[in-house]
Amino acid sequence: MSALNLGLLYTLAWRNVWRNRRRTLVILLAIALGIWSMVTLAALMRGMIEQQVLNTIKNLTGHIQVHAMGYRDDPAIDNSMPPPGAAILEAVRTEDVRAWAARVRVPAVVASERESAGVTLVGIDPEAEQGLSFIADAVTEGRRLESAADHGLLLGRKLAERLETRLGKRVVLMSQDIDNDIADRGFRVVGIFDADMEATETGYVFVGSTIAQDMLKLGDRVSQLALVVDDRDNLDAVLQRLTDAAPGLDVQPWTKLEPMLVLIVKMYDGFMMIWFVVVFLAMSFGLVNTLLMAVFERTREIGLFQALGMRPRLMLGQVLLESLTLLMIGVVVGNVCAWATIASLDEGLNLSAFAQGFELYGLSSIIYPLVTASDVLTANLVIIVLGLIASLYPAWHAARYVPVEAITRT
Amino acid sequence: MGITLRLAWRNIWRHPRRTFLTASAIAFAVAILLFMVTLQLGSYDMMIDSSLRLYHGHLQVQPEGYLDKPRIRNTISDARALGSHIRKLVGSSSVSVRAMSAALASSRVRSYGVQVIGVETDYEGKVSTIPGLVKRGRFLSSDDAAEAIIGHVLARNLKVDIGGEITLLGTGMDGSVAATVAPVVGIFESGSAELDRHLVQLPLGAFQDVFSMRDRAHTIVVLGDSLDELEILMGAVRAGLPPESRLAVLSWEALVPGLKQAIQADWISGWFLYACLIMIVTFSIMNTFLMSVLERTREFGIMLALGAKPVSIGALIMLESTWLTLLGVAVGMTVGIAIVVYFHTYGFTYPGMEELMAFYNLPGVIKPEISTLSLTLGPAVVLLATCAAALYPALRIRLLKPVEAMRAV
Repeated sequence: MSALNLGLLYTLAWRNVWRNRRRTLVILLAIALGIWSMVTLAALMRGMIEQQVLNTIKNLTGHIQVHAMGYRDDPAIDNSMPPPGAAILEAVRTEDVRAWAARVRVPAVVASERESAGVTLVGIDPEAEQGLSFIADAVTEGRRLESAADHGLLLGRKLAERLETRLGKRVVLMSQDIDNDIADRGFRVVGIFDADMEATETGYVFVGSTIAQDMLKLGDRVSQLALVVDDRDNLDAVLQRLTDAAPGLDVQPWTKLEPMLVLIVKMYDGFMMIWFVVVFLAMSFGLVNTLLMAVFERTREIGLFQALGMRPRLMLGQVLLESLTLLMIGVVVGNVCAWATIASLDEGLNLSAFAQGFELYGLSSIIYPLVTASDVLTANLVIIVLGLIASLYPAWHAARYVPVEAITRT
Repeated sequence: MGITLRLAWRNIWRHPRRTFLTASAIAFAVAILLFMVTLQLGSYDMMIDSSLRLYHGHLQVQPEGYLDKPRIRNTISDARALGSHIRKLVGSSSVSVRAMSAALASSRVRSYGVQVIGVETDYEGKVSTIPGLVKRGRFLSSDDAAEAIIGHVLARNLKVDIGGEITLLGTGMDGSVAATVAPVVGIFESGSAELDRHLVQLPLGAFQDVFSMRDRAHTIVVLGDSLDELEILMGAVRAGLPPESRLAVLSWEALVPGLKQAIQADWISGWFLYACLIMIVTFSIMNTFLMSVLERTREFGIMLALGAKPVSIGALIMLESTWLTLLGVAVGMTVGIAIVVYFHTYGFTYPGMEELMAFYNLPGVIKPEISTLSLTLGPAVVLLATCAAALYPALRIRLLKPVEAMRAV
């Protein structure tokens, strides 16, 4: 009985939807546009955030860092730590840790023949940085560092310009060694690296870690240990292992190292939800109005149905089914359009005309849209569920007609 | 005309419920747009104001090419005299001369690379808020005093406090070693991580001594009363420069290009959202207009048969939709302006925004901008879009044939 009713109701709803083709097309367009804008916008925003997170992680942050207590507050040479001992090595040489490296990282001044600039001196083991940080494949001119004992130095392109120096020239690094004396040493620029952010290019110079340790009289001490794992949202196990293995050291996940990123993600989530609701509201006026008109112009017909024994409940169901049909078609069209839009942006949405503006807020200017199931699902659910709830109003109108009055109304 | 107007007004109340819904859709779009646009413009004012007043000023006079390559040898000669000349020229004391260079700053225990700025002590406070943000100690006393103020992060990193000494080591203009020891007399908290970590200020005279610059400097910073007069101010300054001086007058847009671009990018992406919103609302409204015409096909047929011209029926329909739109816009503007005024008084904030803005050195609350443009731009766009939506049904009238129309169901 109920299956039969449903079939009948559905036939009626489907036919009713197409009674006035023009009206239906217009409202479908509104629904599709709504879904399209939601899904596309969500993908662009997600892409933007994701890239910011990835950039930050690649920009020497990693997923987890280990420092001496006090280094994060005061990143000076005094707050260095001994090289990773057996316990730490055991904790990081596991399957779920993709890459890890120990680094020397201290403030320094780099001077060419003409100019000087304050930078962060990073001593790296080039092989260990593979898959961990951007520097592994950022050198675009000259060569990379070949080993931790490489005597060369890598300079950012922008910094090289500022210092009026170039590949093959010598620069002097000045910093403070572990005894608080000025340590300086000449290096040959063997490679120039490019980065997404100008601040990265001007902020860091890279040398081999053994050379840096030698220059700073550090022995085998280091400033930090950074690592990346398979899944950045699932850090607890590694974090726990490391904390146990490194008592007295400061073990922190990226969410603590870069609290601003977490904040930005939250902000965007909130903004997206607000936008979803605004789009839905804009669309719902049209949907309710269209259904209301469809019900009004069928007043007599509905009266007749009821006189013939159709229950008010079924009347309600029929209008809701009409609404659901409209919503479903609109949603499918909207999703397909959104998918097409996003697919066409596969190469990234290039906004480099505003590169410096994005840089100011730590964003890179090419956005690669990122579609996540939860965003798409939320967008669709908001439209369909809230759409049905809004349709209750016209449906309830239709169900409430008194048969005799309705039939006689003109 | 009177009768058409009245007819139109009555026609829209034939279906009060539908009219109400349609007008609400318009009002909703207008109110949202009004609020968002004023909020956006307000946040731009805030971004510009708080970042320019902090340090950069509205415009700067610099040697040509200094902006791209800030080399210590590229200077303005007799800068102090030119500074006071510009002060007279623009009739304001908000003009200050600066010289700058990178150097290594060391305390007894630490060394950091820093940016050293030599400032005119009498005028720096008029163009920059940093002198007022000295939280401990005091600002520099006179142009030739051997003393320094530093950012609070730098102070912490160097482990120096008021009364401590820092050694500055750099390269002078002639390539010689520039070195000095200066007592720290003040520590500022600008809120900008960059400045708090990297900036050391010396009195201009002392800076010129240490870096062997004699009477030279690198930039003259000018802060106007408001950005609206920037063009005039720039013209005045440019006209006042000595001929063939190889100096450039740079506006904040050139000095902080990122700021301008960030604003443009935000403005454009904002309008992408608004365009979607407006189109969705327009489609909703178009349906109402379309229906109100289709359901009256017989009526229009009779009117045509009685001699009404299609043009006047079209005008009637346009009038109806205009009534409806104006109703929606009026309600939307009332609600929107009420919201804007509320937030203009109490400031708009959003959970998490305050913390985030602090990272960018911005205050955590935004005050929507109230101006003729900001209050009318959104409603005007909605008005245009809805009128466009009404055109289609109005034009359809021309296609009606009286006899067929009268027979329509």
